[in-house]
Amino acid sequence: MSLDLILRIGTKLILPFILLFALYVQFHGELGPGGGFQAGVITAAMVILIAITFGLKAARRIAPQALVERMIPLGVLIYAGTGVAGLLLGQNYLDYGPLAHDPVHGHELGIFLVEAGVLVTVSGTMVALFYAFAERGR
Amino acid sequence: MAIAIIRQRSLFGVVILSSIYSFLMATLLIVLDAVDVAMTEASVGAGISTVVLLATLHLVRTREIGPVRPRPLALLLTAATGALLVWGTLVLPPFGTPDAPIHKHVAPRYIADTVKETGVPNVVTSVLADYRGYDTLGETTVIFTAGIGVMLLLRVIRRRGRGGEGSRS
Repeated sequence: MSLDLILRIGTKLILPFILLFALYVQFHGELGPGGGFQAGVITAAMVILIAITFGLKAARRIAPQALVERMIPLGVLIYAGTGVAGLLLGQNYLDYGPLAHDPVHGHELGIFLVEAGVLVTVSGTMVALFYAFAERGR
Repeated sequence: MAIAIIRQRSLFGVVILSSIYSFLMATLLIVLDAVDVAMTEASVGAGISTVVLLATLHLVRTREIGPVRPRPLALLLTAATGALLVWGTLVLPPFGTPDAPIHKHVAPRYIADTVKETGVPNVVTSVLADYRGYDTLGETTVIFTAGIGVMLLLRVIRRRGRGGEGSRS
């Protein structure tokens, strides 16, 4: 892919900041706005930007298709597994209280895990969607 | 903006206009102090769905098929449904009233106890991931289902054994 030089350099410059912002939105989601869903979309947007600027092959090197497709069920499993963990520890499904020594920390940990699951599923789905469309178009 | 989207015949223009519309909606949501929703609207509505729609346009033709014949019955039905919905909103409490039923039910408890019970200062996050955890699990499953569905429909399947490349289905 030999696109505009400015476009390629500009993309390279902006990529780390997109990823950093996505991680900020993910891990700061309990203090400020944002959460797993938004962070997942921003992460997927980064991969899509790479695919648009440098071609599908470069994007596949960074986010291999097999990995992306496995991320979709993995996130749901993380989410549901957090619920089952609460169940095994003697509480209701999706009650995060017993995950840590005191209930407040348990809830914090539970929210963190659940948001991570959402992030994995959303980013995987968005990138897999884009790959499916882009592959069809060729 | 909506009228411009309807009047537009080039589907590319429609996609770009609806992306701009999404950004405007995101600004409106920020004005309404719903920052989390605004962020979702800007990233999903204006970002990802524009990309997906453009990718779809890449697969199909980008011109709308000739002008459609006006259908009076459909117009009447749409207008009637719209009028019914507007009539339904008339009995809702005015915007921003503190004693509306929605602010009386569980919202005060969430706002009062969220830091004490979950240690998370952002009420939106604690409601989404904790108090309403089942709903968010359902949402995640919906995204999972949508992703699997699109992949089943669109993915290029490479069969192993018989020459590999080239066999599309």
